[in-house]
Parts: sequence; structure tokens; C-alpha cells
Amino acid sequence: MSVLIFTLIVLLGAFLAGFLGSLTGLGGGVIIIPLLTLGLGVDIHYAIGASIISVIATSTGSAAAYVKEGLTNMRIGMFLEIATTVGAILGAVIAVYLNAAYVAVIFGCILIFSSMMTLKKKVDHTTLDYTSKGAKFFKLNGSYPNQGVETPYAVKNVAGGFFMMLFAGTLSGLLGIGSGALKVIAMDNIMRLPFKVSTTTSNFMMGVTAAASAVVYLHRGQIDPGIAMPVCIGVLIGATVGAKVLVKAKTDKLKIVFAVVVTILAIQMIYKGLSGGF
Amino acid sequence: MMMEETKQITDKDIQSLVGNLLRAGVYISMGIVILGGIIYLFDHSSEKIDYAIFDMNKVSLKTVATIFEEVITFKGAAIVQFGLLMLIFTPIARVMMAVISFFIEKDYLYVVIGLIVLTIIMVSLSGGFAH
Repeated sequence: MSVLIFTLIVLLGAFLAGFLGSLTGLGGGVIIIPLLTLGLGVDIHYAIGASIISVIATSTGSAAAYVKEGLTNMRIGMFLEIATTVGAILGAVIAVYLNAAYVAVIFGCILIFSSMMTLKKKVDHTTLDYTSKGAKFFKLNGSYPNQGVETPYAVKNVAGGFFMMLFAGTLSGLLGIGSGALKVIAMDNIMRLPFKVSTTTSNFMMGVTAAASAVVYLHRGQIDPGIAMPVCIGVLIGATVGAKVLVKAKTDKLKIVFAVVVTILAIQMIYKGLSGGF
Repeated sequence: MMMEETKQITDKDIQSLVGNLLRAGVYISMGIVILGGIIYLFDHSSEKIDYAIFDMNKVSLKTVATIFEEVITFKGAAIVQFGLLMLIFTPIARVMMAVISFFIEKDYLYVVIGLIVLTIIMVSLSGGFAH
């Protein structure tokens, strides 16, 4: 395959990955990696390097809008970034020593888990119980604009959230994905944040987390300009268009269709990993 | 939580500043990547791709220093890599700016937290974990 053809195919695929990733809330990274490895025979190390770059591009782009709207809790973000950056570097270093086949199998499992999470009905866990000492010390309790009304919320179980974030960061660094699904669990279910705050704050943290592991990948030569260039341009444009469509479209049916597709991809990744294809 | 009215810089100002920085960072770095991509395609479009097996030494542009040295040669790949580096720096610059803002706001706890995050990334950036 020539460089031109490869670039065009990856550009188109990355556009679709970014578009669907933003519509379903899965993110572009989890789709572009199977596409590159299963579809185009690219080594998973290059795919991960390119994907982590696209995670920085998309999350930084959307974080800009959310931060301005006042939805992001910057203190929670900064505090938990300690956990996610340490995790991200840890993950990227583990990836150096781990056999590519294991990485593919773990990737497949996380992919199935993430797609299931997008289908799960969200339960509001918010509370006004201000008893958490950790939340008070780190000034994490806050408020956000909810249908025009500034609504306060209290934060619980700071330590639990912190450790979950360490884990989310590690997977992000290991697999080259944003691991938004895990971050949202840590913030929704454990720390009891409102959805709008948890999703936007998770997005806000993703850029720094991805940057931490991206520098490890850069030093290892996993970020190849020939792949990273079409991937990050395509995913960013796709995600931007997706975000515009999302406002109008009903995504429930799409989410189910997409979860099935993603699960099939995931099973292929696991199968290929177990059968020595990587 | 009560906000003191005497504070000159509020969380709202920080939010707006951070939002603008993030947006500008993405636009500028992607612009550089696209420019580099076009040059890269002009020079290499008919060559064969070879990404089937990962080779640590295939990509030569791996450190901040080499990328800065190579970008002035105006080769497509070097410009792309420079743009990607700018993109990686954008969220890092965001943390730096937040540290300064928290300092002006006199929230020293968050100055320390921000510095911890920066230190972690800087240690990683120096290449300490890559080998």
C-alpha cells in the first residue's frame, strides 16, 4: 500500500471513529486501534501511539468549551490528575514489557466493558451530605449550572475515587485510550458527582493524562508521524462533527447498534491476541 | 463556600482563560500537523508503507531536542512531529497556567497540587521512564 492510499484510508477511518466515538460517548481511541490493527495490519504499538495523540486532540478541544460553561470542577480535575498521570506513566512503562498479545486481550476486555457502560441506564448518585473530610480539605465540593440554576453538590469518598483514577490512568497509558468509562465510574458512583460535572471533568483530565503517557510513547518511537498525522486530524474532525450532530440526534438506537459492532471488534482483538496474531 | 469580593481573579476568570488556551493550543498544533502532513505527502506519497512490525529505531524524531533541531529542515515528518509535540504541550501548559492562577488566588494547596502534577510529567518528559 502506498503512503497516499494509506493516509487517505486512515483519515477516513479516523473520521468515522471520531464521529461515532463522540456520538456514543465511547471516544475515538477505542475504535481507531482495532481499525488500524485488525483492518490495516498496523502493529499495535504504532496504533496505541497514534491513538493517544488523538485522545489529547479531542479531549482538549471539547474541554475548552466545557470549562468556559463552568461545568468542569477544576479542583477535582487537578487533584485527581495526580493519580491519573502517575497511572498513565505506569501503564505506558508496563506496555514496554508486556507482550503485545496481552495488550490486545486487555484492550478487548476494556472495549466490551466500555460499550456495556454506554448502554447502562445512568443513576443519579448526587448528595448534599457534606461530611467527607477529604472533600472539605481539598475544597472539592462545588456547584454547577443545571438548567439555568446554580446547583450545589457534595463530594464523597475522595480516597476511593483517587485509587479508581490511578487504575483508570494505568489503563489509559497501557492501551492508549482515554478510559472515560472508568473515570466516570470513579466520579459518578464513588465520589457521587452529578453527570454533567463528572463527564466534563473526566474529559478535562484526559488531556493531561494522555500527555503524560504520550511522552513515554514518543521517547520509545511509538508515535510515527505517518500514522499519527491522519489519525489525529481525522478523529478531531469526526468528533467535532459528531458533537454538532449529537445535539439533534436521538442516539439510543445508535448506541445499541454500536455496542454490538464494538463487541465484535473486541472479540476479534481477544481472539487474535490469544491465537498469537500480535 | 463564600467568595471574598476583594479577590481580583475569580474561578470564572480562570475558567475563561483556560478555555481559550486549550482552544488556541489545539488550533495551532493541528494547523502545524496539517501543514507538515501536506509536505510529507508531497515528498512520500508513492512510497510503500511499512507498519506491520514495530521497530523502536524506525522513528528518529523521538525527543524534544531532536524534534526542535529537525523542524528547521522543513521536512514534512519533522513538522508533523513538531505539531504533535505542541499538542502534547497544550494540556501541560494548561496545568502551568492553573498553577499561576491559583497562586494569584492565594490557593496555595492547589499551587502545590498543580506542581506535583507538573513534576510527574516533567520527569516523564526527560525520558526517565522510556527505557
